[in-house]
Amino acid sequence: MLDADFFRRWMTACAASVEREADRLTALDSPIGDADHGTNLQRGFRAVTAALEREAPTTPGAVLTLAGRQLISSVGGASGPLYGTLLRRTGKALGDAAEVSEEQLAEALRAGVDAVRALGGAAPGDKTMVDALVPAVEALSTSFAAAKDAADEGAIATTPMLARKGRASYLGERSVGHQDPGATSSALIVAALEEADGE
Amino acid sequence: MKMLINVAETVVADALRGMAAAHPELTVDVENRVILRRDAPVAGKVALVSGGGSGHEPLHGGFVGPGMLSAACPGEVFTSPVPDQMARAAAAVDSGAGVLFVVKNYTGDVLNFDMAAELAEDEGISVAKVLVDDDVAVTDSLYTAGRRGTGATLFVEKIAGAAAEEGRPLEQVEAVARRVDENSRSFGVALAACTTPAKGSPTFDLPPGELELGIGIHGEPGRERRPMMTSGEIADFAVDALLTDLPPRNPVLVLVNGMGATPLLELYGFNAEVQRVLAARGVAVARTLVGNYVTSLDMAGASVTLCQVDEELLSLWDAPVSTPGLRWGM
Repeated sequence: MLDADFFRRWMTACAASVEREADRLTALDSPIGDADHGTNLQRGFRAVTAALEREAPTTPGAVLTLAGRQLISSVGGASGPLYGTLLRRTGKALGDAAEVSEEQLAEALRAGVDAVRALGGAAPGDKTMVDALVPAVEALSTSFAAAKDAADEGAIATTPMLARKGRASYLGERSVGHQDPGATSSALIVAALEEADGE
Repeated sequence: MKMLINVAETVVADALRGMAAAHPELTVDVENRVILRRDAPVAGKVALVSGGGSGHEPLHGGFVGPGMLSAACPGEVFTSPVPDQMARAAAAVDSGAGVLFVVKNYTGDVLNFDMAAELAEDEGISVAKVLVDDDVAVTDSLYTAGRRGTGATLFVEKIAGAAAEEGRPLEQVEAVARRVDENSRSFGVALAACTTPAKGSPTFDLPPGELELGIGIHGEPGRERRPMMTSGEIADFAVDALLTDLPPRNPVLVLVNGMGATPLLELYGFNAEVQRVLAARGVAVARTLVGNYVTSLDMAGASVTLCQVDEELLSLWDAPVSTPGLRWGM
């Protein structure tokens, strides 16, 4: 079973991973975006870490709703509302339980990803974070490791895609040949689940 | 790349502190990142709130004042502001007559303003919203994020601001704003990419001797790259793109807008070419504005925005305005 500590570790691992990879995310955002994805998520997850220490939520659901609210209030851009909604809706779906099973997490995360799709209007194949998140949620019923691999593959698979949503879509054909920064950061967040589990 | 800054992390806050010092007629809340008319809320008047990423100055903060915006919310550089900022601004400027959000059509701005509208409505504030989407370089399609909001934002904020100043109700101010957007088209070119403070190097690589056609205002590359053209050739290309998309039946307002690093000498020369093409195509020009208004940091280049106006929109354009970035008649 997964308790509030696991979810705190997940968010901490996300923050550490975003710090490590910030330059790469910003570099990916440069040819097809506006070169700020790493910086923006850094600001967001620093706010998440600070809020979790300050407010010390005691249930898995409360950890994720608090984290989502922090992202919405600190990131801006499209990634703030989208990642914020992902975590908030996942947290809400987990309810008040003190512990949740991995199956319950998979179900809740599916609700979170559905909310992201509804908010941003993106479908798989549009070259967005959805391309990493959808396969990850499918694979989550197997294991955290399988979800990580699926998300990584999903992110890499965005390279040949033509962007249909987000700022890369303004480039039309010229968006082809670049890995999507949002799908890449989504893969980092999924990978952090395995790190939280291994600790 | 050398920049006149302390550190990248504080550029927005530093600029806001400087703005506060230069403009005592505004209230600048540096901590919460909101710029307000000092006399807000104005009794009985609809309030206009806009905002967006920083790096487009004087848009939006430089357009706060009588006759234009009631408040502006600057985000990080090229990053839309967060919902808390717009909700706070709406609460500060609402007189009870309601608030119009002027939103440039970018996914981030749309999402954050939508969330802010929910927060404001929870507080009992009437909120209407107009999306600005004038950039013809983006092929409009159900399958993309749609056209970007660029130069027409100035026309929307000025004209709807004048309508609000006259005391018109929210739905009329909203309708005027929408009419301005529907009648406006823009096209931009870049001669050199811009450099964001956080990245410190150009956002895209544009070799000498080439230009980008159809750029946006966030340092994103355009749709097409060509060998460098003359001012006259660029005017031919840009105006043709605009008139193909919206052949005007009425006279137009013309905005020849610098992207930040192109001298006024070049912008005025470019305006002469734009006016030549418009005259040759039989388009009557009602008013012309030349300068750096909707910029993209230190990008070199220019955009052209046309807005066709009837007598009502023209008289609202001519109405007095007093802001740091636009000022006449008062």
